[in-house]
Amino acid sequence: MTSSKSFVRFDKVDKSYDGKVLVVKDLNLDINEGEFITMLGPSGSGKTTCLMMLAGFETPTNGEIYLDSKPISRIPPHKRGIGMVFQNYALFPHLTVYENLAFPLKVRKLSKDEIDKKVDKALSMVSLSGFEKRMPNQLSGGQQQRVAVARSLVFDPQLVLMDEPLGALDKNLRESMQYEIKHIHENIGVTVVYVTHDQSEALTMSSRIAVFNDGKVQQLSSPDKLYEEPVNSFVAEFIGENNTFTGEVTDISDGKCKVKLASGAEIISNPIRVKSKGEKTKVSLRPERAIIDPEAKMENKYKGKIEEIIYHGDHARVRLNLLGNKEFILKVPNSSARMDIKRGNEINVGWNSHDARALDPKSI
Amino acid sequence: MSSETQKILTTDGIPLEVSLKKVERKNKFKAFLLVAPLLFFLLIVYISPIVGMLFNSVDDRMVTNALPKTFKAMEDWDGKELPPEKVFDAFHFDFQKLIEEEREGKLSTQLNYEKNGFKSIIKKLRRKSKSFEEGNYKEQIMAVHERWADVEYWRAIKRRAPAYTYSKYLKGVDMYQNEDGKLVQVEEDRRIYKKLWVRTLKIAFYVTLFCFLMAYPIAHLLATLPMKYSNLLMICVLLPFWTSLLVRTASWMILLQQQGVVNDFLVWIGVVANDKRLEMMYNETGTYIAMTQILLPFMVLPLYSVMKTISPSLVRAGKSLGGTPFITFWKVYFPLTIPGIGAGSLLVFILAIGYYITPELVGGASGTLISNQIAYHMKYTLDWSFASAMGLMLLVGVLAVYWVYNKLVGIDNIKLG
Repeated sequence: MTSSKSFVRFDKVDKSYDGKVLVVKDLNLDINEGEFITMLGPSGSGKTTCLMMLAGFETPTNGEIYLDSKPISRIPPHKRGIGMVFQNYALFPHLTVYENLAFPLKVRKLSKDEIDKKVDKALSMVSLSGFEKRMPNQLSGGQQQRVAVARSLVFDPQLVLMDEPLGALDKNLRESMQYEIKHIHENIGVTVVYVTHDQSEALTMSSRIAVFNDGKVQQLSSPDKLYEEPVNSFVAEFIGENNTFTGEVTDISDGKCKVKLASGAEIISNPIRVKSKGEKTKVSLRPERAIIDPEAKMENKYKGKIEEIIYHGDHARVRLNLLGNKEFILKVPNSSARMDIKRGNEINVGWNSHDARALDPKSI
Repeated sequence: MSSETQKILTTDGIPLEVSLKKVERKNKFKAFLLVAPLLFFLLIVYISPIVGMLFNSVDDRMVTNALPKTFKAMEDWDGKELPPEKVFDAFHFDFQKLIEEEREGKLSTQLNYEKNGFKSIIKKLRRKSKSFEEGNYKEQIMAVHERWADVEYWRAIKRRAPAYTYSKYLKGVDMYQNEDGKLVQVEEDRRIYKKLWVRTLKIAFYVTLFCFLMAYPIAHLLATLPMKYSNLLMICVLLPFWTSLLVRTASWMILLQQQGVVNDFLVWIGVVANDKRLEMMYNETGTYIAMTQILLPFMVLPLYSVMKTISPSLVRAGKSLGGTPFITFWKVYFPLTIPGIGAGSLLVFILAIGYYITPELVGGASGTLISNQIAYHMKYTLDWSFASAMGLMLLVGVLAVYWVYNKLVGIDNIKLG
């Protein structure tokens, strides 16, 4: 990914609101044309600030943002031609659906015919044809959301920003809207920058995800890489469920390392962020990568006592006391074969050393 | 229908529906008891004075009762020439009775409202009538003063015959009913009330406009500033509310008078020559300045409460969709503030149209409003029925404004906060 190819480029961007605290620190980010990039992070991590800088409602304190290789810091928002979907839709409550969609076209002085055509097209894209005359408050939340999406796309922007657009919807509607937005993106090929704090939303929709924390991008990669191969413990713990062991590296060789835990046990792990003996580390293991009754070739095999079983329908979460970690979670599929899983029983658990990633010791 | 609704009974056999209604009735009665004091209070201090005012403005029984026989005798007088002998006889009889009861003064005041010049001739008649001889009163009365021989004055008396009259309302718009029963305007140089109505409407309109122009940016600032600054600004807006109206008006007098602070300053910086100090008080200018300042909070508060509810993301959405700041303001922000503008304008206009103290103190002759005229008639001419008539006309005017507003904007769209 070279900078000449990138469509949006954040170049060493800093942002501070009060002159004391940097909410965005030395941000470098390249977004390619046609990509669906999600900025994911806890609240206060600077992701919305980045979006606002891109939209033009905030100016970077340092650095520059390039859109199509032109610097845009000095261009006011209304000249940037970037579509935007807001958290609470921001539909104009005094205008009908048609007038809402026609607004960006009217300010661009398009002819009535063209406006009608484009509004029609945009509404049919979000399957809301026939709703032109409704007022926003006569629509359900999901419909309002779709109108907001249609409005952000009706003037054919090359870039659309979405600021937690699904936050106000209930769970089922949110999921169906995720697919809908994803399909719209695939159909028209527009570049989308999407902000959310919901990791499952990010994982389903994005081509790449930028995980923000503390004003910095912690990791920028595709959803599967982000989940399978987190580069630091923040990402590992923020995305998905995670079992962690804190310890010290006692041996490192052949792409494997031994980590000695407080309980005295040594586990064999995959060294990602540790380089030498003696380093403190946090080993991260996805719950689904640990299995009951391990195969013989697995390098990590231990006994754990079942503390709690949490029923989840299709699977159960089993909380174990394993190697001094009382919060070790195991995912067990709901099948009739495992009748021995009962509270208080001891079971054998094991995992491959490759799946246990020794990361930085920083805790969140 | 197969599924006939079954009557549900309570345990003691009464239909549930009946019992529920009974309970509801009890609750309604209790609720009514709670508001009853207010209702009673309103009835006494609000509704009944208005009804009284209405009655007062059309009531003319005083004159009718003072000259019963005269009016009876006048019934078949056509009013073209001097009335016949029997009218004079009756008038003499009625007048003597009035003198006995010492009520002729009141009559002379009332007749003087109708036509100037009655006061002196009634006084004279009272003196002379003591030495009147029996019979032939027509000649004797006409001899008292030449006006008693003028048919115009007798017509004026006849006009006061009906017990109820709407002449006060006509007077309020500079009109009267002439001898033929036609409505005509008073002479050009005596038309004062129409001018006053127009001036009242004009001042109320411009005060509303000025308030709007000044309040809109203030309210916008209040709604968008961070809390710690907006609170301070809010106090500045509300400060006048905590100061007596008289104090505020008096301070405007100190500021605006010819030897006042503003003029001193203008002379000092050389904008105005010392011998040509501006007249900013005791005229319309003073009324405009003081009323605008005093009524400003009534415009700021509704506007503020509406603007506070407008999400800043709407303006951002407008901009991100390509609207310039002006288009975004005009097409997105402004339409959303209309309920506040409506509420504020209605409030300020209605308050301004009936304003009294401030125009009285700083308005002078050219800056007074209809309410000052009402007060004048209450206090000095004591023509309460005329004052009532004008008060009622003002009330109807306010209701008309309200009605028009409801038709244009809809009263449901009003937001007072």
